[in-house]
Amino acid sequence: MPDSTPTHAQAAMAPQAGWQSLVADWSSDQRAFKSASWGKAMMWIFLLSDTFIFGCFLLAYMTVRMSTTVPWPNPSEVFALEIAGTNLPLILIAIMTFVLISSSGTMAMAVNYGYRRDRVKTAVLMLVTAAFGATFVGMQAFEWSKLIHEGVRPWENPLGAPQFGAAFFMITGFHGTHVTIGVIFLLIIARKVWRGDFDQERRGFFTSRKGRYEVVEIMGLYWHFVDLVWVFIFALFYLW
Amino acid sequence: MALATAAHEGQQHPVKLYLVVWGWLFVLSAFSYMVDYFQLQGILRWSLILLFMMLKAGLIVAVFMHMAWERVALSYAILIPPVLVLIFAGIMVFEADYTLFTREHFFHAEPG
Repeated sequence: MPDSTPTHAQAAMAPQAGWQSLVADWSSDQRAFKSASWGKAMMWIFLLSDTFIFGCFLLAYMTVRMSTTVPWPNPSEVFALEIAGTNLPLILIAIMTFVLISSSGTMAMAVNYGYRRDRVKTAVLMLVTAAFGATFVGMQAFEWSKLIHEGVRPWENPLGAPQFGAAFFMITGFHGTHVTIGVIFLLIIARKVWRGDFDQERRGFFTSRKGRYEVVEIMGLYWHFVDLVWVFIFALFYLW
Repeated sequence: MALATAAHEGQQHPVKLYLVVWGWLFVLSAFSYMVDYFQLQGILRWSLILLFMMLKAGLIVAVFMHMAWERVALSYAILIPPVLVLIFAGIMVFEADYTLFTREHFFHAEPG
């Protein structure tokens, strides 16, 4: 083959940063994402598509909230709780935010220990992350039952604009589903790490491929994304 | 081939970096909550909420998701398309304003 250039030589010549590297990577007639494995690149592309889904939910919410003539309920009061005799505004949502950020922290540490090939610490940190995630979902279930008890439905809302119910159940429900799937996914990967699958290069049950500790990082990408979406929901739905 | 080796061994960063970012995320979340707690209103409320939101999002994506160490080819492929969502948001602001205008103009005479 006269036109096949050795890939090593080409990679060595390619610019390492900036616009030139972007053009070189995309026009290299090989793989565009040179430093990311296919698994990581595909997770990023999935997360991009998920960004569009959540983006459209938040857009729809913005549109109905801006165009309704019925007053929107004040989230600060709706999500207030009375703790030890004092009425704290939005406290439940604040605690949920801290729980999810803590879980993101433990996940980042799990990824770090995974690459250090510290099997036990990685698995334990992933289990802690899953526990935080489960706590978050539990608090969300509490929040949902509280609002349902107060008569809020996706089609009606005694506190004000009916679109509040629709937007609330749709957005937090979809996010809660993501957290739940993440918890399940975390438990599965934590079990693999604990068993030493990535040290012994044991083949996967479905794929029959050898796993690597990079799987922990890819799992982490999904988990951090769930936290990232909550950052936007917290700011745009609860603090607006 | 240092790059390929680095990619193979994965992202190696000091634990301290993650702890610092984690701490900042806590502080920024506390600030966001304070905005609501002290009932700041108007432009001040909006700019603070959006500022804290973008700082938190940036820290999570750049450090926790390791985007700061990926090659530009991946970063731009992932980070530029969401700009379209912002353009869409801009379009829907006009749409929502128009809907509100027609509702107030045509339906406001009769109460309810």
